[in-house]
Amino acid sequence: MTAADQPLMSARGVRKHFGPLEVLKGVDLDVHPGEVVVILGPSGSGKSTFLRCVNHLERIDGGSVTVDGELVGYEQRGGRIHRLPERRIARTRRQIGMVFQHFNLFPHLTVLGNIIEAPVGVLREPRAKVTERARVLLDKVGLADKADSFPRQLSGGQQQRVAIARALAMRPKLMLFDEPTSALDPELVGEVLATMRDLAADGLTMIVVTHEISFAREVADRVVFMDGGTIVESGTPAEVLDRPTNPRTRAFLSRFLPAGQPAA
Amino acid sequence: MSTVAQKAPATRAADDRVAGVAEPVDVAHAVPQRHPLQWVATVVVAVLAAQLIHMLVTNPNFEWDVVLRYFNTESIGRGLWTTLKLTVIAMAVGIVLGVLLAVCRLSTNWLLRSLAALYIWFFRGVPALVQLIFWFNLSALMPRVSIGIPFGPEFTHWETNALITPLLAAILGLGLNEGAYMAEIVRGGLMSVDQGQTEAAQALGMSRTRTLFRVVLPQAMRFIVPPTGSQVINMLKATSLVSVIALSDLLYTVQSIYNRTFQTIPLLLVACVWYLVITSILYVGQSFIERHYARGSNRNAPTRYRDVLKIRRKPAVARVEVPS
Repeated sequence: MTAADQPLMSARGVRKHFGPLEVLKGVDLDVHPGEVVVILGPSGSGKSTFLRCVNHLERIDGGSVTVDGELVGYEQRGGRIHRLPERRIARTRRQIGMVFQHFNLFPHLTVLGNIIEAPVGVLREPRAKVTERARVLLDKVGLADKADSFPRQLSGGQQQRVAIARALAMRPKLMLFDEPTSALDPELVGEVLATMRDLAADGLTMIVVTHEISFAREVADRVVFMDGGTIVESGTPAEVLDRPTNPRTRAFLSRFLPAGQPAA
Repeated sequence: MSTVAQKAPATRAADDRVAGVAEPVDVAHAVPQRHPLQWVATVVVAVLAAQLIHMLVTNPNFEWDVVLRYFNTESIGRGLWTTLKLTVIAMAVGIVLGVLLAVCRLSTNWLLRSLAALYIWFFRGVPALVQLIFWFNLSALMPRVSIGIPFGPEFTHWETNALITPLLAAILGLGLNEGAYMAEIVRGGLMSVDQGQTEAAQALGMSRTRTLFRVVLPQAMRFIVPPTGSQVINMLKATSLVSVIALSDLLYTVQSIYNRTFQTIPLLLVACVWYLVITSILYVGQSFIERHYARGSNRNAPTRYRDVLKIRRKPAVARVEVPS
């Protein structure tokens, strides 16, 4: 296998249950470098849980997740699988950025403080260098003048763009977006999606869980539809969104299409 | 404005009669709410206060001249110094222990969790006075303390009596006890921080320790500082327990003077006024610390003391920056 066709993220038979509830029933997914994969699905389908398994915020009960050729959360040693200590898992997470539905910015730090915290404290990069990079990133997400504001002084859309800049400051190989626009007022969704569109155009590898069908159609290289803890359909946006073969995909999409407009 | 307001009703009254609204309502010039009972209560309180002050000044039994004479004496100063020193050291021990115990109690390691729970159960359950006497009399239990291989040879040893001075016994007794109470306060604070904060820190690759000290604890401080302020004031007064192990703190000094001079009331007043002075200073200090940790907690969080005063005086007008 050459480096070019090796997937950046590879999930094989990922299973996860919360108590008696089986949330993931064996999920297989490959994401290649530079690819943008959008995961759609009704609530409770396990799409957010799957995303949280990719960076080991949730420990998986079966199967495996590999990022950049390395097992996430585990290690193969002497023919057996060992669970990694927290310290090693943290190291893996440094190359995986994550953007949350509720932003989860650190409210006691300024915007700039939020962005430079991890590169300075975790990667031990010089503060001046990181600050410079943070300002470039803030400029990129259109918030150059908000560096010294506190998160609560910003609108939801601005906070989410800061959260994106914070994740990017770690220079991740892979970015996970967990319903990044679901907590936003409708008029603020556009600015966040525009930022994500720019990142996709820059060639960033992204896995996006969202309900924004138009974003999926426009930006995704591949759309994956999840239901009941499994992937039921996967393909190009045109295949999945316009000619869905699975009845559950069709039922789900029909709720998002404006009345009177044909599926194509 | 006023001419419009007068003209409008005449022309529009007929149209609006059904709705019952004659003109646009502007509440900006509303008559303030009247509180007549509040005025009556104020007068009553003022009379009572005047009576109290009159009594304090004219009643000769308070012996204010004695209070003044002893207020600045050297022995009172030494007692005060012991009280302050003990309060600061015992609180410092308590806070450090409290953070450690709280982290252990929230740990995923069952051994740490149970040990912390056991500690808190024991040190909260046994009266502080008993703990003080216990540490002071440790030599009765263990005449010497040694370091060595368990159940094997010892490398070095000390006489317990030489090791445990009254001051150390007081610090151990009060500090270890305080640690148990602080642990629960810190634990409450840590649990009040949103789980999403920890997840965001983890997703950025931060270690557990870094997440705790850089992300969770600074936010928990807002919930930890107010009850800790109470604990400091409690500690200030709890130090008077050390009189049982022959340490002369403020209260003990005062007692030993009035046992000699029989001026009980004025000397107790000396101690009370000092306690109140220190409590007042602590109160101001606490409000500064609280403001520091309130940074970013709301949209108009004041960052300077002047701004705090301004907002308290005119709560109705808050500047809200409209995000672009």
